[in-house]
Amino acid sequence: MLSIKNLQVSINGKLILKDLDLEVKEGEVHAIMGPNGSGKSTLASVVAGRDTFDIDKGEILYRDQNLMDMNPETRAREGIFMGFQYPVEIPGVSIANFMRTAINEKRKHLGLEPLSGAEFLKLMEEKKKLVDIQSKLTNRSVNEGFSGGEKKKNEIFQMALLEPRLAILDETDSGLDIDALKVVANGVNKLRRKDNATIVITHYQRLLDYIIPDYVHVLYEGRIVKSGGKELALELESKGYDWVKKEAGAQIQG
Amino acid sequence: MEEKNKNNHILDEVTGSEYKYGFYTDIEADQAPKGLNEDTVRFISAKKNEPEFMLEFRLKAFRHWKTLKEPDWAHVDYPPIDYQDIIYFSAPRKKPQYESLDEVDPELLETFDKLGIPLEEQKMLAGVAVDAVMDSVSVATTFRETLAEKGIIFCSFSEAVQKHPDLVKKYLGTVVPYTDNFFAALNCAVFSDGSFVYIPKGVKCPLELSTYFRINAANTGQFERTLIVAEEGSYVSYMEGCTAPMRDENQLHAAIVEIIAHKDAEVKYSTVQNWWPGDKHGKGGVYNFVTKRGICEGDNSKISWTQVETGSAITWKYPSLILKGNNTTGEFYSVAVTNNMQQADTGTKMIHLGKNTRSTIISKGISAGRSNNSYRGLVKTTRNAENARNFSQCDSLLLGDQCGAHTFPYLEVGNRSSVVEHEATTSKISEDQLFYCLQRGIDMESAIGLIVNGYAKEVLSKLPMEFAVEAQKLLSISLEGSVG
Repeated sequence: MLSIKNLQVSINGKLILKDLDLEVKEGEVHAIMGPNGSGKSTLASVVAGRDTFDIDKGEILYRDQNLMDMNPETRAREGIFMGFQYPVEIPGVSIANFMRTAINEKRKHLGLEPLSGAEFLKLMEEKKKLVDIQSKLTNRSVNEGFSGGEKKKNEIFQMALLEPRLAILDETDSGLDIDALKVVANGVNKLRRKDNATIVITHYQRLLDYIIPDYVHVLYEGRIVKSGGKELALELESKGYDWVKKEAGAQIQG
Repeated sequence: MEEKNKNNHILDEVTGSEYKYGFYTDIEADQAPKGLNEDTVRFISAKKNEPEFMLEFRLKAFRHWKTLKEPDWAHVDYPPIDYQDIIYFSAPRKKPQYESLDEVDPELLETFDKLGIPLEEQKMLAGVAVDAVMDSVSVATTFRETLAEKGIIFCSFSEAVQKHPDLVKKYLGTVVPYTDNFFAALNCAVFSDGSFVYIPKGVKCPLELSTYFRINAANTGQFERTLIVAEEGSYVSYMEGCTAPMRDENQLHAAIVEIIAHKDAEVKYSTVQNWWPGDKHGKGGVYNFVTKRGICEGDNSKISWTQVETGSAITWKYPSLILKGNNTTGEFYSVAVTNNMQQADTGTKMIHLGKNTRSTIISKGISAGRSNNSYRGLVKTTRNAENARNFSQCDSLLLGDQCGAHTFPYLEVGNRSSVVEHEATTSKISEDQLFYCLQRGIDMESAIGLIVNGYAKEVLSKLPMEFAVEAQKLLSISLEGSVG
């Protein structure tokens, strides 16, 4: 589904990602972990198509298409979803209106008829139940005055509505209490299918108690320095990032 | 009162007859010769077969206008207007310009489609020949019948002058006197036509006076005049203007709107203005210099203005309210969009005279391109306006870094018990907001449309339902191509 090869990304001449390789296949859940400033969020933004970065070299293939040739909205319509670490507020625009626009843009791209108001409301009710989100939230303006937890739940709700092929959740767990964390994780698990894939970006292992990844990668100073199964997350939890840093340091020097 | 009217009548007759001398213009002509002098004014009045009092009114206004200088205090910039180079009257075009929609500028049709205007109405607006049995015409007739049953008068200004001269005479120029300002004086002298609304005592107008107007809006003239009178305890919601782009060969538009609300009456006035703004370099757009004012004459009356301004090269407009009665309420809700080279200087005046008067001002300016958007507002509470309250909120939204937004609030508080509040914000559409939309598959144009409509929601929600939807689309269309 997603194949990143030899990716090098910089911002204002400063290297952020170096020689990064990542293969994500259908049905898989990947966790990307790493200390602050290791380039996790940059990776998510680059895949989503934010243009504040320079791609110096490498390639990103998404379903065998060159992702660099697609603008951000096309990527989204082709099934890439990013759960934002800091979802922005859009005052005066209701979630319902926002999402209906988004869904119909996607449907247009896929050559489908737009959803009518009634059809959309039905879909919304369905997905509300699925991700266990409160009814009143969807009548409010996008993220306006939402608590941290509500914002993150709203991201998962949007993900449920858009049914992405590839979801990248950027630190969706940060700032969540345990109940909100469970709601978010539960949503992700319910949306998990054989034909889609999820990349979970997180600083802590905590989220991975609820979302069980197939692979864990450790990102450090712009490189993936270690990859493994779900047990790698536990190892990190007990040994801390210093352990990875030391190993990585030895690797880089050697 | 009787006596006064009689005197006026005599005065009219005497002064009127005098004007007959020197009247030489051929009144069979379809248009007045270029330029403005007393003969032009007489020509217009004669063309419209007006009673003497109207001619008198026009001439007084014209003589006053000659003593005035065009104002230059607004935050707008345009080359001097040659008032002698304008044709002040031409007979309304009765013949359709085109035989079918195929002959109409495709760009215009595209805009109609984007706005979702029905085909028959598109024809009407574009000046295409339509069948006489067309739906909207019969709709209009039904409307008139329903209104007539309630004693409501709703007709063109010219018709009102002929059929209801006493009402016109009683109220004309009472809210906006011809001495008010340069453009008001000009309008009083040469106004072509407009609308007249009269709601009798205790009558709640059962229809939004909007659909009807829109059907008729295509042929409104250069110097329009609207007069709305709401008698005691009556209610009316009136909408004028049009979301469809109005191209016009007349560059200068100077309209007047007067509203009178008697005791316990309520008037809601909504307008959408979308005159041709000129090309990207600002060439050829309409200058829209309008004087709108309402008076809450009787106690407990209420008037609200809602306006969506997206068109014109230059907009100069301050719908104002005089809160004369006690416990009266005034509201002003405005969205003004400027793009490319457009300039808008708009706002309101709330003059609190009565006790316990309330006013609310919500103004949302949106600037894009290299445009300039100014809010100018006056809130005044006089010495007698005890416990007057005002709340003003003036927000500006900037798109890009070459446009300007300005706020000029004037507050004059004349007594110790009034409370006047003013809040202002300026914001930009952030990169983060745009990227958030893009990431959900919403392209740049639609994203801007969504964000701008969200920003203006508070005002748009005040519009009559059918127009709110069109106005939303209009906002997005007006800002097309403003980013990226």
